[in-house]
Amino acid sequence: MTDWDLRRIPSAYWVVGALLLMMPAISSNFILFSIFGWALILGMIALSLMFLGGYGGMVSLVQMTVAGVAGYMTAILGDSAIDAISLGWVWWLAVPVAILIAMVFGTLSGALAVRTEGIYTIMITLAIATAFFYFARQNYVVFNGFSGFNQILAPEAFGVNWRNPVAFYYLALFFAGLAYFAVLYVSRSPFGLALQGIRDNPRRMAALGFNVTAHRIAAYTFASLIAAVAGVLLVWQTSSISPGAISVGPAIDILIIAVVGGLRHPVGPFIGAIIFVLLRTFALDALVAVGLAGERFQLLIGIGFLVIVFWSSDGVLGLWQRWRDRAGRTDPLTGQQKDAG
Amino acid sequence: MTAFIERRPFWSFIILVAAALLVWAIFAPWPSGLTGLIGKKKVFLSALFNGVTLGALYFLVASGFTLIFGLMKNVNLAHGSLYMLGGYIGYEVADFTGWWILSFIAAFVVVGALGIILQYVVFRRMEGEDLKQTLVTIGISIVLADLMLWVWGGDFYQILAPDWLSGPITLPLVTAVKSSGQVVFLKYPIVRIVILIASIAIGILMWLALNKTRIGMLIRAGVDDREILSATGVRIQRVFMLVFAFGAGLAGVAGVVGGTFQSIAPGEDTRFLLASLVVVIVGGMGSIPGAALGAVVIGMAEQFGSVYFPTYSVVLTFLIMVLVLAFRPQGLIASGR
Repeated sequence: MTDWDLRRIPSAYWVVGALLLMMPAISSNFILFSIFGWALILGMIALSLMFLGGYGGMVSLVQMTVAGVAGYMTAILGDSAIDAISLGWVWWLAVPVAILIAMVFGTLSGALAVRTEGIYTIMITLAIATAFFYFARQNYVVFNGFSGFNQILAPEAFGVNWRNPVAFYYLALFFAGLAYFAVLYVSRSPFGLALQGIRDNPRRMAALGFNVTAHRIAAYTFASLIAAVAGVLLVWQTSSISPGAISVGPAIDILIIAVVGGLRHPVGPFIGAIIFVLLRTFALDALVAVGLAGERFQLLIGIGFLVIVFWSSDGVLGLWQRWRDRAGRTDPLTGQQKDAG
Repeated sequence: MTAFIERRPFWSFIILVAAALLVWAIFAPWPSGLTGLIGKKKVFLSALFNGVTLGALYFLVASGFTLIFGLMKNVNLAHGSLYMLGGYIGYEVADFTGWWILSFIAAFVVVGALGIILQYVVFRRMEGEDLKQTLVTIGISIVLADLMLWVWGGDFYQILAPDWLSGPITLPLVTAVKSSGQVVFLKYPIVRIVILIASIAIGILMWLALNKTRIGMLIRAGVDDREILSATGVRIQRVFMLVFAFGAGLAGVAGVVGGTFQSIAPGEDTRFLLASLVVVIVGGMGSIPGAALGAVVIGMAEQFGSVYFPTYSVVLTFLIMVLVLAFRPQGLIASGR
């Protein structure tokens, strides 16, 4: 890693990076905060799923819950409108502890989930997510039940008010970028390579002396870190958290985002997230504009999702790959797709 | 049975003692000390009966799920939607014709037909692709949930049981002895008793069909090794479609049952999908007796939980699942494969 050379960075990174950094100059506060801020956060949660699913072969529906635990803990340890429960710690104490608790939760869920494989993992993580949702909804002592917490505001720190849309956009962008490169880096590290080996053939990796279970649980811990950071950001973005935010619907939304974007590369979840957020924000108006009832938005998402998973299990990234394969016959060395379908 | 006792003498003893305690708690009048400790016997008995009837409902939903999974390794996460659709159809038919029994048949036929379509259009094309099946069925359940919301709205629907099933029945179980010496018996809704008996009957019929008939033999052979079975000339796709139709139809029937003694509303699909997941995880994937045991355990846990520690009843269910996963990942009654 010593031969760090700017020329080795693909041009797409320069273009996208510059565009994202200059975004505040060309878009309104609403777009920055509610579209890009939200998309980056959802993208991070979906990224944690992509890491587990794409590199570890474990599709976990518990990532939204991990983010929710971090959000809840931020509200409980920090400040919120519910004075009776919130402890009112300063942010630099509350946020790390919240992230730590969420990581412990994610790791424990992972430790349970890795006892199973394939479809069982999906079922068990779904069951954990739903159990936590019901628990948070019924518990009034710690989680304040049905209504949850509101007025959880991003702090003023280092002389910047992070509630400001531009500041929040850069905050989200920084952590999303950090998570993206972290996943990319880990995927090429010995740990990431071992994880991919375990995904492809756990028995052979076990025979080679790798501790399969420990690698899988560690993958959950790493994914939980990303999801937890995103959870804190999410709770600052919406300034509230309630059981509705961690119910089955949002958990499956995260899966949809990751799959629609593509599980093959860490950029997929962010593509999926921006599509999802744009749809969620504007589909209502679009549906009304063409004369349909706006409430049928969920139907649109469902059918779109069905079409994508039915025709391409690799999501938008898979479609892009296929299109490039068809167009790019000039590059026979790398243009060949190895594992189609 | 004897083999189990010989192999696990200690656990057999514990199970025997627990069963004897339960029988005593059900039939004998409670001493006042016990009442002071855990409340009235009436509360205990109705929690027990509610738990068993809820377990019967869970069994109806989960047995279809586990049958489909056991034979075809198909993961149908739209199973909860099938349940809810059955409930709505049952409501419409019962409301329109006034015949409660007819609603069961209608729900079974319509939801079973939907099951055939699902198997033919969706699952046949993606055999062995777990993740794709999961995603596609999640998509289907989202679409179905929204379509049902479109048609039936967000209201609660309850299917009315006919007159001869309404009202309570007095069971020959003593709940308390008054100071005057008068004996108080337990009263319980008759419709729940009927549902319980019907579920047990369906369970026994299913076991008989699986173990004593030719088609059951084919299904069991398919669970063991479907490649060899199809190599012997059995048209396995037909068996698959039959099982899928039956499993889906059972979910539809369960929807009518659920709509009768609870209610049907948006969100019930997720609830029952989760319940079937937990039941089959606890009981053991692909095993009908496992589904029965898991359903009763989870139903009891929910009811006793909501009576004795109301805030944390869901956590109790979850705790059972965690314990089973930690000590018997294959489920309480594993299908052995």
